Amino acid sequence: MDLNLDAPHSMGTTIIGVTYNGGVVLGADSRTSTGMYVANRASDKITQLTDNVYVCRSGSAADSQVVSDYVRYFLHQHTIQLGQPATVKVSANLIRMLAYNNKNMLQTGLIVGGWDKYEGGKIYGVPLGGTVVEQPFAIGGSGSSYLYGFFDQAWKENMTKEEAEQLVVKAVSLAIARDGASGGVVRTVIINSEGVTRNFYPGDKLQLWHEELEPQNSLLDILNAAGPEPMAI
Amino acid sequence: MLLILWGVLIQFTIPIDNGDALKNAEADSQRTLYPYVTGTSIVAIKYKDGVLMASDMGGSYGSTLRYKNIERVKAIGKHSLLGASGEISDFQEILRYLDELVLNDNMWDDGNSLGPKEVHNYLTRVMYNRRNKFNPLWNTLVLGGVKNGEIYLGMVSMIGVSFEDNHVATGFGNHLARPILRDEWRADLSFEDGVKLLEKCMRVLLYRDRSAINKLQIAKITEEGVTVSQPYSLKTFWEFQAFHNPTAGAQGSW
Repeated sequence: MDLNLDAPHSMGTTIIGVTYNGGVVLGADSRTSTGMYVANRASDKITQLTDNVYVCRSGSAADSQVVSDYVRYFLHQHTIQLGQPATVKVSANLIRMLAYNNKNMLQTGLIVGGWDKYEGGKIYGVPLGGTVVEQPFAIGGSGSSYLYGFFDQAWKENMTKEEAEQLVVKAVSLAIARDGASGGVVRTVIINSEGVTRNFYPGDKLQLWHEELEPQNSLLDILNAAGPEPMAI
Repeated sequence: MLLILWGVLIQFTIPIDNGDALKNAEADSQRTLYPYVTGTSIVAIKYKDGVLMASDMGGSYGSTLRYKNIERVKAIGKHSLLGASGEISDFQEILRYLDELVLNDNMWDDGNSLGPKEVHNYLTRVMYNRRNKFNPLWNTLVLGGVKNGEIYLGMVSMIGVSFEDNHVATGFGNHLARPILRDEWRADLSFEDGVKLLEKCMRVLLYRDRSAINKLQIAKITEEGVTVSQPYSLKTFWEFQAFHNPTAGAQGSW
């Protein structure tokens, strides 16, 4: 069994960005792995760029961190010069600039999401290579493979804030169930005209899927509850 | 008409004899080069009355958690438990070999039955000989059992490395469970304490092994016989304060 602790920290990941009627909901799992070892089981992959724009990071942990650090820095200066909050589009384009011009060296897929007064809630996907794609919803990371069918069926325009967040939590949870590189807790960030809300859904608060069982404290509790014939097949 | 004849001719000439490994370059097309559907760790301990063995029920297909109901611990004869990590198809093949072994043993009808030492020895020979032919069974096996009051626990790897111990672990368990077992195992563990110790190890594996799933079975073997528990899940803990907002003081970190 190869632990390969020298493997680069990679966030296998499931990341999602969804627009709704009034803003956006960003979601992600919390697993960062080094090879097959889970280096961090409670990472925060939804990173702030400005007060009103956040980015979901996937792929190489180092690459995505440094790209978002640069963009935060540029946006900070831009906000001062502009005299008002930066737009989501500008943030996405700065991400694109770094991703595209360093495409041979970077291995990170990003989803930029936020709210500004001109366009409202917007989601931009920036996959490997540096393409920018404005989308009503975006999914990314290794876990997203398991969600294409799900979103084709479940996505609807003009959802409410609650519907959108429930959809994101359900989707990340489904991906965690099948992607070994995703796991831990589900984090969401909701951005709208009123501001930003962070939410946290630990593994035990999520719905159970196929072949998953209700968690117990110990086998001993089950055996004691079952009565005088313990450990019978 | 001619075309059909050609088709028949070709059918008869195509089969290639793959037998001679020394001369024929394609002869190794039958070896296991890498595993496809794999099981992760097995953790097992000796305790007061026998052996306890824990495993999860996952069969991973690369990074996909594809199968969630695979039993990776099986009873062998009356006196042994076999747990396997690694390629599931190879484990199933080993079970077939052992079936034959047990059958032949029963056919003697002499009141004797294969004990865990014998089964472990057989498996060691099988694994080592396959390794010598560069066609390993891609498993790490854990063999535990009780016969005539003697409690036995050992393991064999895919390259034929074989040994006994008071507590064993395969795969990630080597790195994550062993230190816990070395610290907390005692010879006179009760069933309850043994289960709790194994659950402690399995919980850590659940947190830190990418291929672990939250559905496990614990099997017990004593002089009386084998029992395998029903599948169940463990509660996990996520409410550390630090987990709620880890990047509050350092935007952009992890």
